[in-house]
Amino acid sequence: MTATNNRSIQIRGLTKEYKKGVPVLNGIDLDIPGDGITAIIGPSGTGKSTLIRCINRLIDPTSGQILFQGQDLAQLSGVPLREARRRIGMIFQEYNLVERLTVMENVLTGRLGYVSAFKAWLRKFPQEDIDEAFALLDAVGLGNFVNQRADGLSGGQRQRVGIARAIMQRPEILLADEPTSSLDPKTSVEIMEIMADMAGCRNIPVIVNIHNVALAKRFCQRMIGMTGGRVVFNGSPAELTDDHLKEIYGGEDWLE
Amino acid sequence: MNATMNRRWDRFTPEQRFLRFAFYFLSVAAMVFSLKNIEIIPEFLYDAPEQLADFFQRMWPMDTAYYQKSVQAALIETLNIATLGTLLSLAMSIPVGIVAARNVVPIKSLNMLAQLILVSSRSVNTLVWALLFIAIFGPGAMAGTMAIAFRSIGFVGKLLGEALEEAHRGPIDALTATGASKASVFIKGYWPQVMPSFVSIALFRWDINVRESAVLGLVGAGGIGMAMDTAMNLFRWDQVAVVLSTIFVVVIIAEIVVSAIRRRII
Amino acid sequence: MSDRDSAHALNVARVAFIPKWPLRIGFILLAVYVVWAMGQLDVTWARFVDGLSAGQKFLGRMFPPNFSAEKVEMITKGLLESIQIAVIATVIGIGLSLPIGLLAARNLMPPWVVWPARALIAVCRSFHEVVIAIIFVKAVGFGAVAGIGALVVGSIGFISKLFAEAIEEISPKQVEAVRASGAGFFAVLIYGVIPQVFSRFLGFASYQFDSNLRHSTMIGIVGAGGIGGSLFSAFQRFDYDFVCAILLSVIALIVTAEVVSNYVRALFNDNLALLDYLRNRRVAKLSREKSAALGAS
Repeated sequence: MTATNNRSIQIRGLTKEYKKGVPVLNGIDLDIPGDGITAIIGPSGTGKSTLIRCINRLIDPTSGQILFQGQDLAQLSGVPLREARRRIGMIFQEYNLVERLTVMENVLTGRLGYVSAFKAWLRKFPQEDIDEAFALLDAVGLGNFVNQRADGLSGGQRQRVGIARAIMQRPEILLADEPTSSLDPKTSVEIMEIMADMAGCRNIPVIVNIHNVALAKRFCQRMIGMTGGRVVFNGSPAELTDDHLKEIYGGEDWLE
Repeated sequence: MNATMNRRWDRFTPEQRFLRFAFYFLSVAAMVFSLKNIEIIPEFLYDAPEQLADFFQRMWPMDTAYYQKSVQAALIETLNIATLGTLLSLAMSIPVGIVAARNVVPIKSLNMLAQLILVSSRSVNTLVWALLFIAIFGPGAMAGTMAIAFRSIGFVGKLLGEALEEAHRGPIDALTATGASKASVFIKGYWPQVMPSFVSIALFRWDINVRESAVLGLVGAGGIGMAMDTAMNLFRWDQVAVVLSTIFVVVIIAEIVVSAIRRRII
Repeated sequence: MSDRDSAHALNVARVAFIPKWPLRIGFILLAVYVVWAMGQLDVTWARFVDGLSAGQKFLGRMFPPNFSAEKVEMITKGLLESIQIAVIATVIGIGLSLPIGLLAARNLMPPWVVWPARALIAVCRSFHEVVIAIIFVKAVGFGAVAGIGALVVGSIGFISKLFAEAIEEISPKQVEAVRASGAGFFAVLIYGVIPQVFSRFLGFASYQFDSNLRHSTMIGIVGAGGIGGSLFSAFQRFDYDFVCAILLSVIALIVTAEVVSNYVRALFNDNLALLDYLRNRRVAKLSREKSAALGAS
């Protein structure tokens, strides 16, 4: 395992245009520390999701660099890209579980980068992976749901499976794209707690897109404010003032 | 945009209305043209009811002994042709269907190639496929099985490709993000999503194939059609009636079986 | 959190995957069946290999396709007759399917009407067009009329059933509303039922035209008119380059018809104008609808 401080990400001049001449990300320069939780806040459609998806290349950036452990993630393709993805876990807003597979199978899909397709087809995962999957499911409180199909779970339970799947990769960094936006307030806090615990005790830095500023302030050590495809704030939660929020979200009526 | 001063409301734009009218007009024109040009020999038509009545009279009573003698073996052959042909077509249409799905294989030229295979398979009728395979393998059930299989590729492959294109993006993204290979993403991401449709497509096609394999014998490709052909050449309408009743019963049973299995699986 | 539960669960044997025995047994039975059936049908590797060389020879004789002037004339004549058969059969078939489908709709008709109608539909559906064509050839002699008769019967089998199902799925509220205004049976039909099923019905009809066209190119094999007759005799004369020419023409005709009827459905269902349609190419969605509805494309 690499040392904690090797898990930082440097983003340089990152630009993404879906339509030519209309950048969603407009030359982002950002250093994300290799520990703790970093929240990215900003209005809808400002490219937070695109930014996160550029890191593990679910979206291909138009130009710029994403430096992680001496590699430029933006330039990878083929096998090196897959090997880089194995080290990056991701949690999704809509959980993105494979509905017709069981909870256990969903968690073990976190190992697909390491297990051959043929063995995955036969469900021949190494015993240590299966043991770890059991341990993770116990830890997220789903020890009794192992053989249940994912489509029978509630939203909160699904997101726990999503977290277990991401941790199952033994990732060196964790991305979370609005992990609580589809959940009720109480469940949201529980999910953030589980995520923070899981990542914290494994020294995995987390980058999380989040809409709920209060929740972000409560769990994150660092906050990045984005608007119009640019970074306009980068600091600790304590430094984030109402003025910053006005700049990020525009207007002020929504502030109490 | 369209707001005029007197605010007239039209359901359709003039172009749409014109196109609809053109469609109706062309339909009527096609009907008139067809009726005028088709070759109809009135004498044949006049005595058709008489002929039909005579025909049904000669079918009754049915020669039930014919069932034991020839029909049963031919029926089993028909069911085997339909089932084996369907299985063979499933094996062949999975790769074609995958390549046809634009989201699974994002290579335009390969998509087009797969579509070409699917269209050719569907446009050639089972009986014509049977004639082609008889030219290759000689008459018999093997040609029939191949005919059923090749005609079904287009159907199964097309529907499988469409089911794959409708698969939810989310789980696919999630598996891609774990660093899984394309094959793993397919097996664990796409396949579980399309499996129920695939089963239901396969059952559906089997049901159709039972019906289709019943006529293969008329061109010499095996099955119950052979028994019918023999009886017809000998003008044994009482035996033809046995064959027709058998086909009717089997087709109905196949339909009931298929709908029962589909209800249980989905 | 259920740490207690999990600790308890550790004492019980834990399985990561529940083995699906019925599925496994099913696959084994299927494999056994395949081997048995292949033996029954005399499908062997040796025959397959023999076939490959025969196939090569066969393909060699098919190409280049014979599109000489005389053959083209035959093809045109045959295709035209096929199209005429398909058009007439579709129109008559739809004309008859409307009342039969209506009679078979359980939400509008009493059971003593529904069941005979359904039985008729089942009989029409069970027999392949070619089987029906043979019967018609015996009854009305060789030629296009037999073909038309066969395809009309086939159309009744398909369209009436779908039409009945479409009527059964309509919303009863609209029917009630029309009935509440004091309308009689036919007024209810015209204002409450038909508008709800019209566009789906048009889809069935255009599909049935496609399907009739496919069959009309083939029923000639049993003497019921259309290009199938020329195809069959070309086969019997081992005139394979002409066979190839006919097949290519048939494929071209069917693909064209499919494209046109997809467009017609788009025009009526989504009010798409031609240009929008070419731009959007919503063929995939429409054809899926069609396949889901009929499953016999």
